[in-house]
Amino acid sequence: MPFRLRVDGLGASRGEDPIFRDISLILDAGGALLVTGRNGTGKSTFLRTLAGLHPADSGTIVIEDGGDATAPPRESLHYLGHRNAMKRDLTVEENLLFWSRLTKTAGDTVGRIDATDGTVEALESVGLGGLGHLPFGYLSAGQQRRAALARLLVAHRPVWLMDEPTAALDTASERMVEALIAGHRSIGGIVIAATHQALDLPGAQTLTMAGFAVTA
Amino acid sequence: MRDRSLAIRSFTDLANPTRFIALAGRLLPWLAGLTALLFAIGLTLCFTTAADYQQGETVRIMYIHVPAAWLSMMGYSVMAASALGSLVWRHPLADVAAKCAAPIGAGFTALALVTGSLWGKPMWGTWWVWDARLTSVFILFLMYLGLIALNRAMDDAGRAAKVSAVLILVGFVNIPIIKFSVDWWNTLHQPASVLRLGGSAIDPEFLRPLLVMALAFTCLFFTLHLAAMRTEIWRRRIAAMRRQAARSAASA
Amino acid sequence: MMALYFRDLKLATRAGGGALTGILFFMAVVAVVPFGLGPDLKLLARVGPAMLWIGALLASLLGLERLFQAEREDGSLDVMLMQDTPLVFTVFIKCLAHWTASGLPLVLVTPLLGLFLNMEPRAIGATMLTLLAGTPAITLIGAMGAAVAVALPRGGLLVSILVLPLVVPVLIFGVSAAYAAVEDPAPFLPPFLILTAITLFFAVIGPTAAAVALRAASE
Repeated sequence: MPFRLRVDGLGASRGEDPIFRDISLILDAGGALLVTGRNGTGKSTFLRTLAGLHPADSGTIVIEDGGDATAPPRESLHYLGHRNAMKRDLTVEENLLFWSRLTKTAGDTVGRIDATDGTVEALESVGLGGLGHLPFGYLSAGQQRRAALARLLVAHRPVWLMDEPTAALDTASERMVEALIAGHRSIGGIVIAATHQALDLPGAQTLTMAGFAVTA
Repeated sequence: MRDRSLAIRSFTDLANPTRFIALAGRLLPWLAGLTALLFAIGLTLCFTTAADYQQGETVRIMYIHVPAAWLSMMGYSVMAASALGSLVWRHPLADVAAKCAAPIGAGFTALALVTGSLWGKPMWGTWWVWDARLTSVFILFLMYLGLIALNRAMDDAGRAAKVSAVLILVGFVNIPIIKFSVDWWNTLHQPASVLRLGGSAIDPEFLRPLLVMALAFTCLFFTLHLAAMRTEIWRRRIAAMRRQAARSAASA
Repeated sequence: MMALYFRDLKLATRAGGGALTGILFFMAVVAVVPFGLGPDLKLLARVGPAMLWIGALLASLLGLERLFQAEREDGSLDVMLMQDTPLVFTVFIKCLAHWTASGLPLVLVTPLLGLFLNMEPRAIGATMLTLLAGTPAITLIGAMGAAVAVALPRGGLLVSILVLPLVVPVLIFGVSAAYAAVEDPAPFLPPFLILTAITLFFAVIGPTAAAVALRAASE
């Protein structure tokens, strides 16, 4: 059985309010899922639940990695939230090096391990080549977002969870994000992206979050 | 004629940081040389003059202590003048001058406190007493450190300069308190003996090395201050260039 | 994990970091004491160890609120919560870095402040030693408070209120050990060993509780 992500009957709520219920899906290696829906319908909560940052009321999230072995999902995931997880006072390179050292798993065969840990290449591919020496706080909002995307490249994780990956990005950079996602899928990665902007992900499944009506 | 265009023609030309850097570059070697020369003379005098009949050899500590204490107050006065400059005339160079004087002033204050303690242990029998003079100098030291911390905490240099300028000027009340503390309160610290009405109370034998050392310390202060200001201007230019680099990469 | 330790050290010492502020606060607190008590050198020497301990305690609490709040604000906390390294360990490393950057310097300036308070060399040495053993406990206990208050917009004061009652034992044994070293009849070792035991105890309890609180706060 090849590598795949299976979600069965997932439901979550915030406080007393149910956010979503009974979401089931299967994503094979190289697959993608586009989560859409209006604001407040629970796109972010869905991603955070998948990431293990929000408790699930019901359901299971399993990553099947050949045979019966099911790895705990956490160490196979990259999560890119609304916030960039970067320190303004450190340089872009210091930020990336830190995350690379912290998130790189033992069996990482894609990410490089050397003095720069692939940060230079990662910055090149998000169009920030040569800016690694600048403090993160000097960058514009779009550049900061792109630097945050580079974090996903410095350590390989098969599943990417991206919450509004194109926030603050211009059209050219949106194309770049699409190219990054395509690249990740081509090496067998899985991408789940929540967005309300048009992202062109060929062959992606779509999940439209409708949200619950508040029931008294 | 690049050189001519950088010549300082009037005082206002100093406002131009580029001219200032050119001037500082030319002035610094001379100032540093003068400082070294004065220290050579001063230190020789310090160790060749007679020891005091009462204080013995420890009197030589005074040749360091007194100038350092003067400079600690002068450093703050330079800062206050610069603060006035940055608040009233909004002079960018005044911002730089105020910021750069703080660590140097803190250094001289620390030197004054340490040498004072070293002298106090054999003379007074204690490293430290909380009398008016010592306390007010210690507060000056804390104020220096607080201003350094404030400058470090804010990343916008212009705003940091305005805020700290206000604080510097308010803190200036401490300077006359330090100066006159020995007259206003009855303290363990001896009253002023060099600069006072009716002539100095110090024997010329001791006065000569003291004055040379004071001059040497003053030159040292300005050498360090000028060098620090030049470094700070360069640092700001590098920061501006880095921001520029980030921006130009965005448009590319 | 060394990467996290060095990153936090770098952040603490770089512009805007809190390391210098803590030391300044410590000096200011101790400098204020003689104004309150009067400049009686004998009295100052007697209250010296206690004043240094209280000053160090307040200064250690000062920077603690930002320990997890800064990480939460920029989203780093989410990524840390997702790693396979146990969160307890991550919290412990962060505490260690925080102590190195803001607790250790307090211990190092103690002798200087001891001179200002006219303390005997022996008393200064004892206070330094007890602070070295005791300040990690303050950081570790404070981490619990910081984790609990992480989601609150103005958690700073609350952290201090939550943490102060828990730090009382540290203060009691720290100060009594420092005094025992100077005053003859009381033995130094028992209170000092209890102080060390408290630190080791909270090295386990503190990060565990903080990790639980952080998980709960992330929901």
